[in-house]
Amino acid sequence: MQSIIKASHISKIYKTESLETIALNDVSFEIKKGEFVAIMGPSGSGKSTLMHILGAIDKPTSGTYLLDGENVGSLDDDQLSDIRNRKIGFVFQAFNLLPRTTALKNVMLPMAYAGIPKEERLETATKFLKLVGLEDRMFHTSNQLSGGQQQRVAIARSLVMNPALILADEPTGNIASDQAEEVMGMFKKLNQDGHTIVMITHEPDIAHHAKRIIYVRDGKLFKSL
Amino acid sequence: MSYLELFVESFATLALNKVRTGLAILGIVIGIGSVIALVSLGQATQQSIENQIQSLGANLLTINPGAQRSGNVRTASSSNTLTNEDAAAIASSSEITTIKSVSPEYSSRSQVVTGSSNTNTSIIGVVPAYLDIHKVTIDSGSFISQSDVDSLSRVAVVGPQIVADLFSGSNPIGQVIKIGSQNFTIIGVTVSKGGSGFNNQDDVIYVPLSTAQKILFGASHLTSIAMEANSSDIMTAAQDEVGYFLLSRHKITDPSKADFSIFSQQDILNTASSTTGTFTTLLSGVAAISLLVGGIGIMNIMLVTVTERTREIGLRKALGAKKRIITIQFLLESIILTFTGGVIGVLLGILASYIISVVSGSLFVISFSSIFLAFAVSTIIGIIFGWYPARRASNLQPIEALRYE
Ligand SMILES: Nc1ncnc2c1ncn2[C@@H]1O[C@H](COP(=O)(O)OP(=O)(O)OP(=O)(O)O)[C@@H](O)[C@H]1O
Ligand SMILES: [Mg+2]
Repeated sequence: MQSIIKASHISKIYKTESLETIALNDVSFEIKKGEFVAIMGPSGSGKSTLMHILGAIDKPTSGTYLLDGENVGSLDDDQLSDIRNRKIGFVFQAFNLLPRTTALKNVMLPMAYAGIPKEERLETATKFLKLVGLEDRMFHTSNQLSGGQQQRVAIARSLVMNPALILADEPTGNIASDQAEEVMGMFKKLNQDGHTIVMITHEPDIAHHAKRIIYVRDGKLFKSL
Repeated sequence: MSYLELFVESFATLALNKVRTGLAILGIVIGIGSVIALVSLGQATQQSIENQIQSLGANLLTINPGAQRSGNVRTASSSNTLTNEDAAAIASSSEITTIKSVSPEYSSRSQVVTGSSNTNTSIIGVVPAYLDIHKVTIDSGSFISQSDVDSLSRVAVVGPQIVADLFSGSNPIGQVIKIGSQNFTIIGVTVSKGGSGFNNQDDVIYVPLSTAQKILFGASHLTSIAMEANSSDIMTAAQDEVGYFLLSRHKITDPSKADFSIFSQQDILNTASSTTGTFTTLLSGVAAISLLVGGIGIMNIMLVTVTERTREIGLRKALGAKKRIITIQFLLESIILTFTGGVIGVLLGILASYIISVVSGSLFVISFSSIFLAFAVSTIIGIIFGWYPARRASNLQPIEALRYE
C-alpha cells in the first residue's frame, strides 16, 4: 500500500521571548492509505501540534512532510488552501465553528470555497448533518448549540468534501459515550469506504476502534505496541 | 464563490453586527457630513458678502470728506471739506476723462413720522445720477428728478423696509410723511437690495439733494461723492485722477495731508474677500480636522473589526479559502461600510447646509469639490484600513490566526 502520510525528522519548536518549547522532537513515521490510526499520549505531549502539521495548517520548524507524495513544505499559501480543502477533513479540538453562523452554513463553507453550486452544497450539508443526528438543529447558530452538538457539526464539516484523509483531534472528547460509539461507527464505515483516518483520543476504549495506535510522549513517538 | 454570493455574505456579516457596523458608518457620516456643511457655510458667507458688495454698484468710487488715516486710526469724518462745487467741477472738468457720472450725496439720520407710526432712519439727499451709480431700481412710482432737485421739492422715494415699517406694506405712493418737521410726498418705492444693520439699503429715504441740505439739515457741504468710472480696469487711474484734481482744487500740495479720501468698490471687495477667505480657510481647517477625526474613527473600527476576526480568517483559510477570496470579502465589507456612510454623510451634510442657509438667511451653496474630497478621503481610509489588516491576517499560518487573541 502507498503512504498517504510520510513524515521525516519533523521538529516543532515554539520560541517565546524567554523560553523554547520543543513540542515535537525529530519525529518520523508513515501512515498508509486506508489506515485507521489513533494517537494517544498525555496532555501537552505534542499530539495537537503533530495533527496541525499533518493537516497543513501549521509548518514544522524542520523536517519534511509528504502528503500523498507531495512535499507540503514546497507549496505556496493558495496551493495549501486547495489541498486542505480537497484532501483533508479536519476536526479541531476546539471545534472552531464560525460564530453567529448557522450549523448548515458552517457545514456548507468548505464546499463554497471549492466552488460547488449552491443547491448541491445545501443537499450535501443536509445529508451530513442528518448523519451526525443534527437535522433538527440545522438553523441553530454556533452559540445556540451544546458542546457535543458543536463537535458533531465540526465532524459533519470535515466530511462534506469527501476527503481522502480525515484528521480528528479528540472528536469524542465532548460527547456522551453512546454518541461517541456512533461517531466511531461512522469513522469505521468511512474507513471501510477507503478514507484514511487519524484520530487523537485520551480514551483507550475509543482508541481500540483504530487498527493502529501511536503513542506520543514529550514530543517523541512510541510506535504501536 | 461568485462575487454576488460574496457580496450577499459580506452584507449578512455586517447585518449580524449592527452596533459595530453602525459605529463604523457613524464615523464616516460625521467626517463627511461636517466637511460638507462647514465648507458650504464658509462659501455661502463669502458669496453673500461679495454679492452684497457687488450690488452696491460696479466701478464705484467714493470720496469721503476729511477721513484721513493717521496710522491705522481713522478720524471721525465730520469735516465739511466736500462741496457741491467739488462734485460739479469733477463732473464738468475736461481734465477728468475716466469718470462717467458723479453723484453728490448728503446723508444723515432723522425721525420720520406718518400717522401713528414713526421710525428713525437714514435720509439721503440725492441727484438723479444716484440711481445708476448705486444700482438702485425703482419698484413703483419714480425716482428723484433733476427738476425736483432744482426746485427743492418736498418729495421722497422710500425703500421697501420703510414701506413695511410705516405703511405695513400698503402702497405708500402719494402719501405724506413727516421727516423732521417737514411734510414730504412719497413719489416712489425702490426694489429690495438686501443688507442688514447699518448697511441696510432698504431702510432708506431718498430726497432731493438740495432739499436735504437747505431744508432738512441746513448744511452746505456733502457727506460723500460717488462716481462711476468708465470701466473696472481703470479704477486706480480714476482714483489718482480725481484725487490730484481735488487736491489742487483744495490747494493741498502734500497728498498725505489730503482733506478727503477716495476708495473704490474694488478696495472694499478685496478687503471683504480676504476676510471671508480667511473665514473659509478657517472653516476648512476645522472641517479637515473633523475629517481626520472621522478617518481615525473609521480606521479604528476597521482595525478592531479585522483583528477581532483574525480567528475567523484563520478558520476560513484552514477550510480552503484562498487569499484572494478573503481579501475580496473584507474589501467588500469596507466598501459597503464606507459607501453607505458616505452616501448618508453627503445627504446629511447637504441637509445641514440647507438648514443653516434657511436659518441664517444666507445662500445655499454646495461645493462639489468638498463632497468629492470628503467622499474620496473617507472611502480611501475605509478601504485601506479594512483591506490592510485582512491582508495581513490572510498571510498568517491558519493555526497562528486561529490562536490569535
Ligand atoms: N503556540 C504555542 N506557543 C508555545 N508553546 C506551545 C504553543 N502551542 C503548544 N505549545 C506547547 O507545546 C506543547 C504541545 O502542545 P499540544 O497542544 O500539541 O499538546 P497536546 O498533546 O495536544 O495536549 P492536549 O492533550 O492537552 O490537547 C505543550 O507543552 C504546549 O504548551
Ligand atoms: Mg491537543
